[in-house]
Amino acid sequence: MSGILRYGSYIPYFRLDRQAAGIGRGERAIASYDEDSVSMAVEAGRQALGDAAVDTLMFATTSPPYAEKLNAAAISAALDLPAQTRSLELGGNSRMGLAGLLLASELGHAKRTTLVCASDVVVGAPGGARERDGGDAAVAFVTGPDDQAIARLLGSASTTAEVLDVWRLPGDPFARQWEERFGIEILGPVSVDTAKRALVNAGVEPASLAKVVLDATNRRDVADIPRALGLKSEQLADPLVDNLGRTGAAHAGLLLAQVLDTAKPGDRILVLSTADGCDALVFEVTDRIASGRPARSVAHWLASRRTDLPYNNYLKWRGILPFEPPRRPDPTRPAAPVMKRHERWKYAFHGSRCAQCNQGYLPPQRVCVKCGAVDKMKEEPFADQPCRITTFTLDHLAYSLQPPVISTVVDFGCGGRMACELADADPKDVGIGDQLEMTFRRFYTGEGVHNYFWKARPVR
Amino acid sequence: MASNGIKDQVAIVGMACTQFGEHWDRDASDMLIEAATDAYKSAGVEPNDVDAYWLGTFASGVSGLVFSEALKTPYKPVTRLENMCATGSEAIRNAAYAVASGAYDLVMAVGVEKLKDGGYSGLVVPTPAGDGTESSMTAPAMFSLLVPAYCKKYGVDESQLKDVLSRIAWKNHVAGAKNPKAQFRKEVPMDTICKSPRVAGMFGVFDCSGVADGAAAAILCRAEDAHKYTDRPIYLKAFSIAAGPNEGFISGDYDFTTFQEVVVSAQDAYKQAGITNPREQISMAEVHDCFTATELVLMEDMGFSERGEGWRDVLDGRFDGDGAQPINPDGGLKSFGHPIGASGLRMMYEMWLQLRGEAGPRQIANPKLGLTHNLGGQPGRCVSFVSIVGNELG
Repeated sequence: MSGILRYGSYIPYFRLDRQAAGIGRGERAIASYDEDSVSMAVEAGRQALGDAAVDTLMFATTSPPYAEKLNAAAISAALDLPAQTRSLELGGNSRMGLAGLLLASELGHAKRTTLVCASDVVVGAPGGARERDGGDAAVAFVTGPDDQAIARLLGSASTTAEVLDVWRLPGDPFARQWEERFGIEILGPVSVDTAKRALVNAGVEPASLAKVVLDATNRRDVADIPRALGLKSEQLADPLVDNLGRTGAAHAGLLLAQVLDTAKPGDRILVLSTADGCDALVFEVTDRIASGRPARSVAHWLASRRTDLPYNNYLKWRGILPFEPPRRPDPTRPAAPVMKRHERWKYAFHGSRCAQCNQGYLPPQRVCVKCGAVDKMKEEPFADQPCRITTFTLDHLAYSLQPPVISTVVDFGCGGRMACELADADPKDVGIGDQLEMTFRRFYTGEGVHNYFWKARPVR
Repeated sequence: MASNGIKDQVAIVGMACTQFGEHWDRDASDMLIEAATDAYKSAGVEPNDVDAYWLGTFASGVSGLVFSEALKTPYKPVTRLENMCATGSEAIRNAAYAVASGAYDLVMAVGVEKLKDGGYSGLVVPTPAGDGTESSMTAPAMFSLLVPAYCKKYGVDESQLKDVLSRIAWKNHVAGAKNPKAQFRKEVPMDTICKSPRVAGMFGVFDCSGVADGAAAAILCRAEDAHKYTDRPIYLKAFSIAAGPNEGFISGDYDFTTFQEVVVSAQDAYKQAGITNPREQISMAEVHDCFTATELVLMEDMGFSERGEGWRDVLDGRFDGDGAQPINPDGGLKSFGHPIGASGLRMMYEMWLQLRGEAGPRQIANPKLGLTHNLGGQPGRCVSFVSIVGNELG
């Protein structure tokens, strides 16, 4: 047996108010202009990992920042996973997040410990259902042998269906969808059948399920399941339609995380995702559940938000709406050899500290300015260290998709200073002394190269 | 080991400076030709009399060929230097040291910058290939960090400090209005300065120096030979430069109310020149007012004002053109403009005019010692240059 050992979630700070944007009711989560599926996967991965060691990394998304080049490698580097870590990437449709969790859980049988990250930025054509109903978020699970599990995998079932339902060609900005009623005709019965087989495989009666998570590219694909299984409405997990949106490959896992946030030992959970077929997993929560929960619940992320994002800005952030650039040079791409030499600074955010006089350095240095020692430095991770604003300014001139850039000088509590951009902050709420935490971001894309590094943000 | 300086060993015997501004109609080479030709004339020498050249340019060309190809100098030594905004000052410092060493009899320091062809707002710094983690802060943002820090440390209200900064800009525009070579030759009302659109932090557009094209040049010889060329040479009393180790962005002690590099370079220069009380002994100074707050902090770092008192001296008019210690009598970077490689030499050009009594409507009465100062980089992380010059030996 095997199962989930730990988990974590991440929902970006911004929400698009659907009513204000004229596209519906409620709100959907929006990845900031400096976030993508990789950076959000890192955030969820940090939440999930804690001090767990993993030997495998799996990344699922339908919005890979690079079509070719392993996105999981950037995630692995930012999470400071050992180079010996095995990594693989899943894509193709939004079911791959849950498919990844199933595969990773089953790897636990082989004594493998896996971090599976599912993350998506769901972009729809302006005015369409996908823009309205989509959301951006990430989730991560550590899976492994069940003696440490917080939720054991009791059973599962899968179906593969060749059907033209939702599709997108390489290079196309938006997915297309066949007439929805056709997809429902095909995928509705597939969903019911897969759910039933999973329960039989797990030896679990529908009535004994504490919660059921139902996810699909089109919600109506799974609408028949409650009646077919005889489920009561209180058994159904909140699909977070009104306050998050469907977050692509992350969504089934994110809803599972939300259930785990409040689950009791012994709870049985069916989680199902339908897209070009279906995967259904049945978990049983163990008495270790409290020990595997992340510091921040899904409810916490949902409550930590800013809802005044203008629709125009959202469209600019996603590159849908062209805009007048500042009269400054375009950002230049970072250079591959320099990134490689400085990998542990750029990705893992490791600085250094003088072993002789204890002065901290970001970025890492070889010569100590305080005591003059040469090559007496020890590498030190700073990503999870809290810091405060020593001073800051609003830069109206710097290139940004969200001007003004909030530029700060921060001092880490453990000793160490750096100039740092602030993310997810409203200029009018920033003050000297504010407590910050580090967050991994995609600063910009220059000459076809994504530039990832760390910013600070007000503690969420 | 010591910083001995070359007090009174070298003199400037000719200088020239082009108009600064947006020279859409001129290449860098055109400005170099004008500055060098006028400098030859000023010293009364022929081009071939000059033994060696030091060319300062930040980014308007590479190598000494920028100069030798423009002026067609016949196989003379031309050294190209760059030291950020202190580039022009580095040219004259290195040229002077070459004369003092005895290696050459007559040399030229020349600086040029062509900034307005890029099509961008503000200064664009060419950088080597990087890892993408470098701070993206623009220059005004970097220097705007001085403002809240100064207010906090000395208990000055931010709106009061805004008035102080605006007065610095106003003063430098008043000076620029009297200078035919300045980029901006109009006085600007305090109210316009105060209300100018924000660029970074508390800085509005009028808190920032001009981005300009321009060139300037000086001809130097040994002090004892100076009167062969002119009746009124000016004598080099001190040169100092300090390059910091970036302590400001490392040390948690740094509070963004000072430039340690400036303190060190000023103290070294005072020692070389034998100055013990800069507030009284320095008649006037051209300082690196890249932003208004920079000028305020410089007054304290160079000992023209007590710590925390510079803002009062500004409001009292001490640094006005007709004040007790005029600062930037030619309009400064603020209104003369800031073509990087030329700026240090432009500052020296004002010393040349003032110490020779040739500054026209902005002439200061009986100046004896003048100071020029350049700063390249940002608070906490910069190079600073200080020179002291006088019109008398001793």
